Amino acid sequence: MQNFSAFALLRRAFGGHSSWQPQWRTPEPKASYDAIIVGAGGHGLGTAYYLAKEHGMRNIAVIERGWLGGGNTGRNTTIIRSNYLFDESAALYDHSVKLWETLSEELNYNVMYSARGVMMLAHTIHDIQVFKRHVHANRANGVDNEWLTAEQAKEFCPPLNISPNLRYPVLGAALQRRGGTARHDAVAWGYARGADDMGVDIIQNCEVTGIRRDASGAVMGVDTAKGFIGAKKVGVVAAGHTSVVMAMAGMRLPLESFPLQALVSEPVKPVFPCVVMSNTVHAYISQSDKGEFVIGAGTDAFVSYSQRGGLHIPSHTLDAICELFPMFRRMRMLRNWGGIVDTTPDRSPIISKTPVPGLYVNCGWGTGGFKATPGSANVFAHTMARDEPHPINAPFTLERFRDGVMIDEAAAAAVAH
Amino acid sequence: MTGQFRTAKGGRIDRAQKLLFSFDDVVYEGVQGDTLASALLANGVHLMGRSYKYHRPRGVLSAGSDEPNALVGLYRDKARYTPNLRAPCVELYNGLMADSQNRWPSLRWDIGIINDALSPLLPAGFYYKTFKWPAFAWKKYYEPFIRAAAGLGRSPTLADPDRYDNRWAHCDVLVVGSGPAGVSAALAAAESGARVILCDEQAELGGSLLSDVQANIDDQPAQAWLAGALATLARHPRVQLLPRTTAFGYFAHNMVGLSERITDHMAEPAAHLPRERLWQVRATEVVIAAGALERPLVFPHNDRPGVMLADSARTYVNRYGVKPGNLVVVATAHDSAYRAALDLHAAGVKIVTLADQRPSPSGPLIDAVRDAGIPLRVGTSVTGTGGGTRVRWVSLSSNGVSSEPVVCDTLLMSGGWTPSVHLFSQSRGRLRFDEALQAYVPGQSVERERSAGACRGVFGLAAALQDGAQAGAAAAKAAGYASARANPASAVGGEAGTGGWLGLVPGASPVKAFLDFQNDVTAKDIKLAVREGMRSIEHIKRYTTTGMATDQGKTSNMNALGVASGALDTPIPQVGHTTFRMPYTPVTFGAFAALSRDGLFDPARQTPMHDWAAENGAVFEDVGLWKRAHYFPKSSEDLHKAVDRECVAVRQSVGIFDASTLGKIEVVGPDAAEFMNRMYINAWTKLGVGKCRYGIMCREDGFVMDDGVVGRMAADRFHVTTTTGGAPRVLALMEDYLQTEWPDLDVWLTSTTEQWAVIAVQGPRARDVLAPLVEGIDISAKAFPHMSVAEGRIAGVPTRLFRVSFSGELGFEVNVPADYGRAVWEAIYASGQQYGITPYGTETMHVLRAEKGFIIVGQETDGTATPDDAGLTWAIGKAKKDFVGKRSLDRASMKGADRKQLVGLLTENPATVLEEGAQLVAGPKQPVPMTLLGHVTSSYHSANLGHSIALAMLSGGRARIGTSLFVPMPQGAIKVKIVDPVFYDREGARLDG
Repeated sequence: MQNFSAFALLRRAFGGHSSWQPQWRTPEPKASYDAIIVGAGGHGLGTAYYLAKEHGMRNIAVIERGWLGGGNTGRNTTIIRSNYLFDESAALYDHSVKLWETLSEELNYNVMYSARGVMMLAHTIHDIQVFKRHVHANRANGVDNEWLTAEQAKEFCPPLNISPNLRYPVLGAALQRRGGTARHDAVAWGYARGADDMGVDIIQNCEVTGIRRDASGAVMGVDTAKGFIGAKKVGVVAAGHTSVVMAMAGMRLPLESFPLQALVSEPVKPVFPCVVMSNTVHAYISQSDKGEFVIGAGTDAFVSYSQRGGLHIPSHTLDAICELFPMFRRMRMLRNWGGIVDTTPDRSPIISKTPVPGLYVNCGWGTGGFKATPGSANVFAHTMARDEPHPINAPFTLERFRDGVMIDEAAAAAVAH
Repeated sequence: MTGQFRTAKGGRIDRAQKLLFSFDDVVYEGVQGDTLASALLANGVHLMGRSYKYHRPRGVLSAGSDEPNALVGLYRDKARYTPNLRAPCVELYNGLMADSQNRWPSLRWDIGIINDALSPLLPAGFYYKTFKWPAFAWKKYYEPFIRAAAGLGRSPTLADPDRYDNRWAHCDVLVVGSGPAGVSAALAAAESGARVILCDEQAELGGSLLSDVQANIDDQPAQAWLAGALATLARHPRVQLLPRTTAFGYFAHNMVGLSERITDHMAEPAAHLPRERLWQVRATEVVIAAGALERPLVFPHNDRPGVMLADSARTYVNRYGVKPGNLVVVATAHDSAYRAALDLHAAGVKIVTLADQRPSPSGPLIDAVRDAGIPLRVGTSVTGTGGGTRVRWVSLSSNGVSSEPVVCDTLLMSGGWTPSVHLFSQSRGRLRFDEALQAYVPGQSVERERSAGACRGVFGLAAALQDGAQAGAAAAKAAGYASARANPASAVGGEAGTGGWLGLVPGASPVKAFLDFQNDVTAKDIKLAVREGMRSIEHIKRYTTTGMATDQGKTSNMNALGVASGALDTPIPQVGHTTFRMPYTPVTFGAFAALSRDGLFDPARQTPMHDWAAENGAVFEDVGLWKRAHYFPKSSEDLHKAVDRECVAVRQSVGIFDASTLGKIEVVGPDAAEFMNRMYINAWTKLGVGKCRYGIMCREDGFVMDDGVVGRMAADRFHVTTTTGGAPRVLALMEDYLQTEWPDLDVWLTSTTEQWAVIAVQGPRARDVLAPLVEGIDISAKAFPHMSVAEGRIAGVPTRLFRVSFSGELGFEVNVPADYGRAVWEAIYASGQQYGITPYGTETMHVLRAEKGFIIVGQETDGTATPDDAGLTWAIGKAKKDFVGKRSLDRASMKGADRKQLVGLLTENPATVLEEGAQLVAGPKQPVPMTLLGHVTSSYHSANLGHSIALAMLSGGRARIGTSLFVPMPQGAIKVKIVDPVFYDREGARLDG
């Protein structure tokens, strides 16, 4: 693998950058692999990376219907945090944050993880109760999260309007300083480059059309647009379309897919130092390194596989942005887009073996999967390699919905992920 | 300064109306009808901006909303600053103040230009490869540096004082774009009687006709015909004309978003006018007549100020009466630049050379140029420019041989035309690559729309007029106006011409050959991206950022595609295109929010007694949409003092509380009891008429969803109450089950939340207060025991009177029709004066119920608690075959001994009030992550008990009663004793008072 560094950049500048090699190959699929990952988003590419790096599995392929990183990995608002309420969630997301902290070095690819702090606003007494519960639980779990008064929140984020005359005044905030953002494309590309370097075949523009099983019911491989590809282990990491892929193995998952929208403003000079989230008024905002405000809107009320939603959804989010940050009213929306998110009944992911031998699934990330990319990929690789979950993802089974052992962040937190 | 580049005559400007304006604090003169760009050009100013990455000096490239370079900040006053506006789209007004952006210390001398010198080190994606070492430096040094260098203009810093508006509209035919095709479409549709909306992003309707001084339509000059056509449209009562209105987004089911700019062009906007208005138009049929955009040529230093698009220069001359320069070179790959050369020539501008990279162009325009004596060099391409912040000479090359530099002050270029398929693509229609045109054009439609004119590749004035008329007639017909006919106007002149080029000019170097001017993406960057394995056009876009600037690639996408196609050695249709996203041009946040601000941000629901509470000093809290009285402080009381007083008053005498916000649902019908049996965990069949029961509802997964007292008014009628926040959810769930699972049940559900005002009167004196007011109900302890309900009158008003208590005291809840709420409240309050009746708020209500160990759904429960967890097993109708959640409750995990259960907590120090949300652990000194056993759900000082109390959900809680645990806090652990959750009157004797 070509090393990426300032020195390498300087050296190749003299050659007009003509000696850079492809960051990943464009291979044709082999007849079979030891393992196949369906879905070349961050989670899938990361899974391949960790399978190769930590579990010595090099004969693997990642199969992608479109282009790598083109799904929710490249469509989200890049918020990273781990201040989740339940012990199981805190462990999973904090595992991820710890990996984020060293990911640029790990991948030799600058993913621009920026721990600029994620501040979640409380607007009601109920919000305060919920957020303080988070702060206390997080502290006992070793996850940083602190309570700020409204004045402290304004100090941390000067554009914030803390006027008591707001329809829903800011009563305080929970701040996770280790939270922040990263460059979404770089995560997919960095994992792709790293995995490719260890021999992983990334096969783009190759739709999976079937999952083949043998007489015993175990996985044999997948049918694709480029023919049958054999593998005894298949991991499905297909985000909003996971339920579609899993149906090919006869499995019905407790998932619903919704369009989720986001938007950016025109770029301006730095003015917004952190990430602010408000679930009560539906506003999620940060400023990218490029200078655009990156704003998350909500999901449509109806299930859909269409990568766009209704205008009223981003419109409502901008209502809230204008209330919380009235100085941004004259800013302008540059681009709006949608992605398909797969949500579970308890709004926690499924990272699990399945009743089909050799078939594994990593899905249900809902509106908040980006932050978990490294951790999710890391424990899913473990699950696939050893045919048993890592202790961190052991609670995130498919069976919990049958057994009632939910990890109900949505109900408990009243906070979007 | 005055406009020395102003033409002597012509143009749609009023030379008599002088306007003063400033750019970077220099005052200039323009005239009415100018844009900021045309006025600056009239003053010889080309340098209007700096590019995003390399801070290269940039002049205005275009005359429209595709402008990538000339971005300015505009301010009327400190609070009305708007960054990143395109100078060609800013209408000039007297006193306009504009600043250039992204430069320091000045536009001419910008330190950021150092990036340009370093550009060999800053190729596409350089930031992915570096700034990684040492790790801490990213956050501390690299990122702040990058952020400061990036961005364009400055954000506004003060709250925007302007207003914005929303409008919703329907029409039969929405026509987007008012060029020849659009106007023809609107005429055809209007004449059929259809309701028509015609919108255009520009200040004046007319599109390309506004820049046409040669062509004739229906035997009159094109602009005269336009004036007549617009007058005809304006006379139609069913036609709405919307200039300054951009159709920015195409949504499902023919909903199109329009952004109308109302006051930005006014020197002194009237106070009553909104700044902008956002329209949501639902059109039966849509005609897209969005025109086409001219492409730049791609060659080294094609971004130097003084280099412009040829047809834009024509617009500046013909429409604004401005000469872009005195010595002009035209470089083209398309016939249309010949028209520009001719018009400039006619306006007295010297055309030094017209260089056409095509070997043997021919046609009437070429002949006309020859006839005009303009030096024409065919087979000659432009390969570079020279000069500093203004072009001074250009390099031309024929057959690989460079000629000597050609001296000039302006270079006009044309790479041909790109149809504006943005809206069509947003409508989810499929694009088709037209090999002959070398352009994407609309293919298969999905919505009820049609494109007309240049935006679908139909070029030339006559063809556009005809295409528009046909589209307008067809749209009207499809909308139900059978008489619609196309009677297209005829045109002479305005021929389409041929030609076009995608990508790098033949023989030119890719270095500093800009594709995306604003984001500084060169042909070389695209090649690098391809070299590095970015084979998808989406990867190329994201890696190089081409097409991701504020113009969203209007001038650059097709050229980038051309370069990528070459680098990938793949035909363009196989390379594909990136997705077109709304908005077409940026739309102001405030216009989306519009009236949804301040008090209208979300409706505030107020109870009938709200004003009384406000008059009596209540402090309110937000609960869902409701404003609820939180407490009633007297003089200098704080929350705690007021609540202590209110709590004691209720237990010792009587208090009055506004419970109107509780959700209320009337469940009626022959199967009402059966329906209730299925929805709630409780049994309802045997509940007698006139009796109440505390009901608990679970979700399908067995977790508590809502609770509330239910009164049986008749055998077939239940008065159901819900939590304040839960009312809509409960009704929706009930309707969901009734309509989809049990359609056989004969039951009607009606929300009655706002029908009733609810006045809770609680305390040992409650009956004494009410007795004098109640008629028709014997409210004695014997006749009307706890959990009774009866209908009668109170203070002369019909009432449903409940004998219920959420305080643990003798209590009544008086339901009266909402309009009588305040009067009855005041009557009760007056009646209670002799007992010192005390109004209390939600905080006191919370304390009193916590003293009794009553849960609040959403506080004790959080969506993960079963009825048993909350200590409510007694409520389950054991004999019932089924209810929502029953099957889930049978699962092993729902019965584990370690489930979190409701308990009470007492601190050793009676004054210590635990923090709500604090955690419970066995050993306070254990390392993190600690083993968390539960958490404090409610915690208060109890004035009645003289010590603090708390409720908690605790793993295996009921078995731990009598033991001690710890609450770890940053300042140290607090020891707590686990106790029964009922702290007060465990026997419930006071309820029966």
